[in-house]
Amino acid sequence: MFLRQNDLALNSDPARHLMPWLVAMIVYLAGLSLAGMMSLASAVERWDNGLKGTVTIQVPPGNSRVSGDAMKKLLPILRNTPGVIAARALGKAETATLLEPWLGKGVGGDNLPLPRLIDVKVRTNIGPDLKALANILSVAVPGTVIDDHQKSLNRLITFAKAVELVAIAIVLLVALAAVVTIVFITRTGLAIHHDGIELLHLMGAQDGYVSRQFQAEALGLGLKGGAIGFGLTAITVVALSHMAGAVGAGLLPRLNLSLGQWLALAGVPLGITAIVMITTHVTVISDLKRLP
Amino acid sequence: MIRFQNVGMRYGLGSEVLRNVNFDLQLGSFHFLSGISGAGKSSLLKLIYLAHKPSHGQITMFDRDVTLANRRELAVMRRKIGVVFQDFRLFDHLSVIDNVALPLKIKGEDWDRIKIHAAELLGWVGLRDCIDASPLTLSGGQKQRVAIARAVISRPEILLADEPTGNVDDSIALRLLRLFGELNRLGTTILIATHNENLMERFDHPRLHLADGELSGPFLGSSQHTEST
Repeated sequence: MFLRQNDLALNSDPARHLMPWLVAMIVYLAGLSLAGMMSLASAVERWDNGLKGTVTIQVPPGNSRVSGDAMKKLLPILRNTPGVIAARALGKAETATLLEPWLGKGVGGDNLPLPRLIDVKVRTNIGPDLKALANILSVAVPGTVIDDHQKSLNRLITFAKAVELVAIAIVLLVALAAVVTIVFITRTGLAIHHDGIELLHLMGAQDGYVSRQFQAEALGLGLKGGAIGFGLTAITVVALSHMAGAVGAGLLPRLNLSLGQWLALAGVPLGITAIVMITTHVTVISDLKRLP
Repeated sequence: MIRFQNVGMRYGLGSEVLRNVNFDLQLGSFHFLSGISGAGKSSLLKLIYLAHKPSHGQITMFDRDVTLANRRELAVMRRKIGVVFQDFRLFDHLSVIDNVALPLKIKGEDWDRIKIHAAELLGWVGLRDCIDASPLTLSGGQKQRVAIARAVISRPEILLADEPTGNVDDSIALRLLRLFGELNRLGTTILIATHNENLMERFDHPRLHLADGELSGPFLGSSQHTEST
């Protein structure tokens, strides 16, 4: 094709043939890290929203009569406490359902002593004094404890943040690996095409003209690799989502990404391609400075 | 137009390959640069086509001290200089017309105009039938003419040729020299490096002579059998 092809035969470089696969791997690793990070962040948000404004009262296990008496004592106290919106005792079947993901079906019989649970809805702005309430309840029914979920939620948030930091570190390391590899591939290309580059330079080509040749090649290869990497990421995320669903909704965070999260994931190949192009440009420009 | 004042040149930390070179080439002149192999002809041409910096001295071209010019200015100057390399230096993966068109493409000229101009020029050097051929399929003489077409397509003010007749037989060499003569008549300053005494004697152009890195001349052509170009 007249004039539209690259002046330098960059597409014949053996090292550049590997570039789409390299970019695909980088996009895949970065994409998976990002998907994991986003799904965990979503899970934490869901847990936080689900537990906000709720407190669980655990009544020590006992026989039906004892438990029934305990409920009769505790529920009026709770319902008359300022800041409490509602208090509802969970039946044995409901408690067993909550434990199903961990213990399996059929654990609700009398053979396993389960605590009785009271689900309490509290105001989020001016809630009850939980410390005082705990004292009152434990006096009424010894052994009663209040779980406001904050402790477990804080642990989850800390864990999620640690995972997030690891994921960010992986993405940064992967990007760094990409930069280093692209520098080497570009330098190899510069060495292979030294004569051609020098010829263009002697004809009056500015550094940017030569750099654009490398960048155009890098753009094509980067987008090709990015598409492969994104495709593999999407397949993996969908597969893991199905597998997580099969294991059980309560045990693993769901890996169902929202449209916005998919768009963020689609930005990974574009971001990596941009890194590839910028690295290529900087490498070429700095190398061309050796020419007079 | 081209002025060398006390110019020296060395490669890296080696000894000087050119020493205290002084000369003036006037606008529109035609000179031969003679000397045996290794005398420094190619090195002198490299200084003129701005591929190398002098180790000392001053080079003035296009009314500018080139040692003081920045990269952008040097690039603009290079576009005014056409070079025919001894080994042609064509891009084998590009067609003949794409090779010839390169200098205009670098200048950023309109593609349609470049295409028409390159085709005309290839006709002028007798290669109209080879427009879409690969340089790999051309003979030495044909490659030489492609290299010349590429060197002159942007109407350079200076045309340099390094041993342009080294790879072709005498009849083609004469034809090439006549081509250069035509360009010179259009106002292009021409400097041809050669060690072909027969050729220099046939054409009545002044000669710069290099020996062991030192320049003498210009001497006027003194052949009994000079040929008008």
